[in-house]
Amino acid sequence: MYATQTEYYRADSVDNAISLLTQHEDAKILAGGHSLIPLMKLRLAAPAALIDIGRIGNIKGVDQGDATITIGALTTHAEIAASDAVKTNCPILAEAAGMVGDPAVRNRGTIGGNIAHSDPASDLPAVLTALNARLNITGPNGTRREPVSGFIEGLMQNNLEATEIMTSVEVPRKQPYQGMAYAKFEHPASRYAVVGAAAMVTVTDGKCTAASVAIGGVESKPTVGNSVQASLIGSAPTDAVLDEAANSILDDIGDDVLGDIFASAEYRKAMTVVYLRKALVSAVERAG
Amino acid sequence: MTTRVFSSGIRRREDPRLITGRASYTDDIKLQGMANAAILRSPYAHAKITNIDTSAAESQPGVLAVFTGKDIEGHLNPIPTAWLIPDSDLKTPDHPAIAKDTVRYVGDAVAVVVAESRYQAEDALEHIDADYEPLDVVINPKAAAQDGAPQIHDDVPNNIAFHWVVAGGDIEEAFEKADVVVKDTINLQRLIPNAMEPRSAIAQWVGATGDLTLWSTSQNPHIARFLTSVVTDVGEHKIRVIAPEVGGGFGSKIPYYADEAITSFCSMQLGIPVKWTETRSENYQATIHGRDHVEEVEMAATKDGSILGIRTTVYAGLGAYLSTAGPGIPTILHGLMYSGSYDIPAVHGDVYGVFNNATPVDAYRGAGRPEATMIVERLVDLVAAKTGLDPVYIRHRNFIDPFDEDHDVVTGITYDSGNYAAVLSKATGHIDYDGLREEQKKLHKEGRYIGIGVCSYVEICGLGPSQVAGAVGFQGGLWESAIVRFHPTGKVSVMIGSSPHGQGEETTFAQIMAGELGVDVDDVDVIHGDTANTPMGWGTYGSRTTAVSGAAVVMAARKLKDKAKTLAAHLLEAAAEDILYEDGKFFVKGSPDQHKTIQDIALMANLAWDMPEGMEPGFEANAFYDPPNFTYPFGSHIAVVEVDPTTGQIELQRYLAVDDCGVQINPMIVEGQVHGGVVQGAGPVLWEGAVHDEDGQLLTGSMLDYALPRADKLPDIEVLSNTTESPHHPLGVKGIGEAGTIASTSAIYNAAMDALRPLGVNGIDMPLTPEKVWRAINQSKNGG
Amino acid sequence: MNVPVEITINGKTFSDEVEPRQLLVHFIRENAVLTGTKVGCDTSQCGSCTITMDGIGIKSCTTLTVQADGSSITTVEGLSNGIELHPLQEAFWNKHGLQCGFCTPGMLMATSELLRTNPDPTREEIRAGLEGNICRCTGYQNIVLAVEEAARTMGG
Repeated sequence: MYATQTEYYRADSVDNAISLLTQHEDAKILAGGHSLIPLMKLRLAAPAALIDIGRIGNIKGVDQGDATITIGALTTHAEIAASDAVKTNCPILAEAAGMVGDPAVRNRGTIGGNIAHSDPASDLPAVLTALNARLNITGPNGTRREPVSGFIEGLMQNNLEATEIMTSVEVPRKQPYQGMAYAKFEHPASRYAVVGAAAMVTVTDGKCTAASVAIGGVESKPTVGNSVQASLIGSAPTDAVLDEAANSILDDIGDDVLGDIFASAEYRKAMTVVYLRKALVSAVERAG
Repeated sequence: MTTRVFSSGIRRREDPRLITGRASYTDDIKLQGMANAAILRSPYAHAKITNIDTSAAESQPGVLAVFTGKDIEGHLNPIPTAWLIPDSDLKTPDHPAIAKDTVRYVGDAVAVVVAESRYQAEDALEHIDADYEPLDVVINPKAAAQDGAPQIHDDVPNNIAFHWVVAGGDIEEAFEKADVVVKDTINLQRLIPNAMEPRSAIAQWVGATGDLTLWSTSQNPHIARFLTSVVTDVGEHKIRVIAPEVGGGFGSKIPYYADEAITSFCSMQLGIPVKWTETRSENYQATIHGRDHVEEVEMAATKDGSILGIRTTVYAGLGAYLSTAGPGIPTILHGLMYSGSYDIPAVHGDVYGVFNNATPVDAYRGAGRPEATMIVERLVDLVAAKTGLDPVYIRHRNFIDPFDEDHDVVTGITYDSGNYAAVLSKATGHIDYDGLREEQKKLHKEGRYIGIGVCSYVEICGLGPSQVAGAVGFQGGLWESAIVRFHPTGKVSVMIGSSPHGQGEETTFAQIMAGELGVDVDDVDVIHGDTANTPMGWGTYGSRTTAVSGAAVVMAARKLKDKAKTLAAHLLEAAAEDILYEDGKFFVKGSPDQHKTIQDIALMANLAWDMPEGMEPGFEANAFYDPPNFTYPFGSHIAVVEVDPTTGQIELQRYLAVDDCGVQINPMIVEGQVHGGVVQGAGPVLWEGAVHDEDGQLLTGSMLDYALPRADKLPDIEVLSNTTESPHHPLGVKGIGEAGTIASTSAIYNAAMDALRPLGVNGIDMPLTPEKVWRAINQSKNGG
Repeated sequence: MNVPVEITINGKTFSDEVEPRQLLVHFIRENAVLTGTKVGCDTSQCGSCTITMDGIGIKSCTTLTVQADGSSITTVEGLSNGIELHPLQEAFWNKHGLQCGFCTPGMLMATSELLRTNPDPTREEIRAGLEGNICRCTGYQNIVLAVEEAARTMGG
């Protein structure tokens, strides 16, 4: 409940934040604080300094482009869930953002903070992986654009350098005949994802022409459903096809499956199939 | 006018301060010059403390003192247990407030830091150098009782603190005669009470006068005062305990804890007020747990469903030390209820109280009765399954016939009144039980599995006759007292020795006054919680406040009614037998305009200008009420669940509670108690359970892992009631605080088992987490 | 090093210097001496600390005081207008939506937030809106009924 002492600096711009990060070793970025502050309260994190980026106005907000939607890193889950642009053009993201934590947590937690934390039990990493989202990251040497799947490297690990900050997330706009859904098996205590299945399918002329699947909560980073995609493309999305597609996720899951006292690795794998199926059925329905 | 208020769901007098955030809970209180304490707790479940060096901590910013187990020697006596159950070979090893040589559970206090701010105190904890030599650990209560298990206390072989027996009838004959014998092992998991307000204590010692004031989140301030005196050697008359607003207890705030002793000690050493408040994670280690039983149970019956006997062997985990009421929970409040609502001719229970390397166990909502009800109702359902008879039919077949007073049962106690068939019929009628069974069959054909579970319970509460308290080793009385004082202006102060913390007695006792003496509820102030301005009492728990404390209020009010009649007669110049009373007025028979209101009487008695010969002035009465018996509320609850076999998830779809708590003073408050109780009993079936690893580390160490019931996972709870008055309570009230919890664990568990039976699953340990259910279904599918 | 902050709570501005690590809930309870907002857990689960900051419901135990510098906060003490109770307070009172009262300030602030974003919620939406608030006394039933009543009164 009582964090250790820390220094505090308030950044008024992205450049200022980077400069502060460069000056202060063992500094952590503070955005909404809903990943960092809980860790600090339990003394599982004890940064020497906090760089508060919460007031940098130009990395917040939803910007609808022609092919993509750009979401500022400081945009909260509540804002994303309520955004008409996101609800219409990238509904799976609005759906998942609306399932993070609880209403008060969603009012403070940010998309940037969530991805930078890279917790396999959180909802957005899998969804953004399925969306093939791109992260815009700025550091002392300039800006880079990174696909989410390359960014997240392991359990709470990613390739963000100590002096970099994420400024925005780009997601593709929904295509015609594309349906998308996020099905979450929620931990009854923490409300994190025991399994979070993100599925996107495009159905044209009765056949599945494109698919993208990613699962959170099962491995240390989101599981990309390549086998599922392969299994779906070219087939009519019948019950039998969806069953087999859901089952094929087991080919994509590696050997190092997460497990805890609530849900063992074996159970998680089995539930991945169940929840992926739910997501696929829903996505197909929404594909219209 | 005002008598209509009795039995009406008026809104509570407590609420205005609570809904505006103006109420003062213990941690809200700040005294001038107050310092803050943080306690260093053992990270090991069982270890020798080989060294402890506090010097670095002492020099940290803001630190005023650091104390260890050595420092309290000669200043704090061991923390006592106050329930010495007889005929059980009870062992009571010492429980030092701060461990000195040995720590026995994760959470055992090892040192305390007092600093200006809590942040500073927490910082300083990290500078205490404590070395431990780990010892072997045992968590499971049955394992702890076996030969070869690590010994937790020197003079307690096999860690068995007591062996208690309940026996009645001829149990051997019952099992010999039986056509049907069903058995089960029920592993009742440890529960963490999770009252929303963490425990807190502020101690203020004034050396010059020798006064110790303790603000404490206690359910029983007078017991806290008594035990503070025992532990600190400060005279009881020099101790004042104040329970300000208390945010829920459910039994977890009954005990006198080491933390309160430690806080008192710190203040006595430093001469300034000291506050300690637990964090939630600390609460999970340092505040008592509930249940923790391994129960090997069996029931004997005839093939046409007549119950012949129940036999149990229970290993009740007590934790590392005996808590204040610990020994009485799995014994007196448990085994004596083994015959439930049924006419069972023979019962035998062996209860072993066993130390284990975990947080001490004590009363937790229902305290012994949910465990007993679980045994009885589970076995009845198993008999139903084995004989093919309907679970509702079997219950009706075995119920004790309706009775208005005094029914002796085989365990040796006497129930007060009951009509078990009526409430079950009411429940099955309302929910259309037969229709539900049809629905179940229909859904089964569609591959869906719903389950219908019944729990018919009777419970023992309204603690209790003091003579019985003594006979069963409770080191206190269980009577209550009340002072009812009318002020000259006719307003009333009612001072009670019990200590409500959410149960609404500031309202219901005002309603009692309205019913007895016709005063307006807004003219009554109910005062509780502070030993300085309340009469002696034994606290709020065991569904006793209205049953016992309320009865004391009634008796005091009736004394005043008698006095008022005599004074009215005198003032109206009439004969006493010609004075009638109605709704706050005393009038002469035949001439109602010749009357005195109760307010007139109060004024005249306070002025004492014209009193009858021999009558004392003032208009105040006190009463001590010692109940002649416990009360026995009863009911039938029905739960409907659906199991999803693909995930093992269970959804509670419908819940009906039909309870008979006798007369209800405020039906809205009664209903609220049922809602809360039901949900608290649902928790252990579907979500809750404290989990330790083999080293005794509490893996469910916070709300991140210990799953509490939340609004989005619950249906609306339907509540109906029945009224069978308690024959011995002056108002016919029985009590309702724990009934919901006593029933719902069984009802929902039985419903889940009913849903799972066609899937080949006959029993799963609670909580029925999705994975456990899924595994059980798959195991059965694979012939396992 | 301490950081100067200026925070307006229920219309009154509090200026102080705080440690960066101080939680906003501690500032509210100790510096501003408004103890209506409670601390019920240490893992951001229970919701007893819920307040409104710049018009939005947040958990004050998961926010640092320094983050709230310059903001405008409403706590349970500021819910009524000083003369009349807020419709939610009235409804909780009418419907027996509280017993021990400890979770109640958080419940009131959380349900106030719920009705801000959804003035006419279904019963299911109310239950979902309470997922971040734990009550151990009421079983939630009467809290749900209270929110329904308040929604009606507030014209949702």
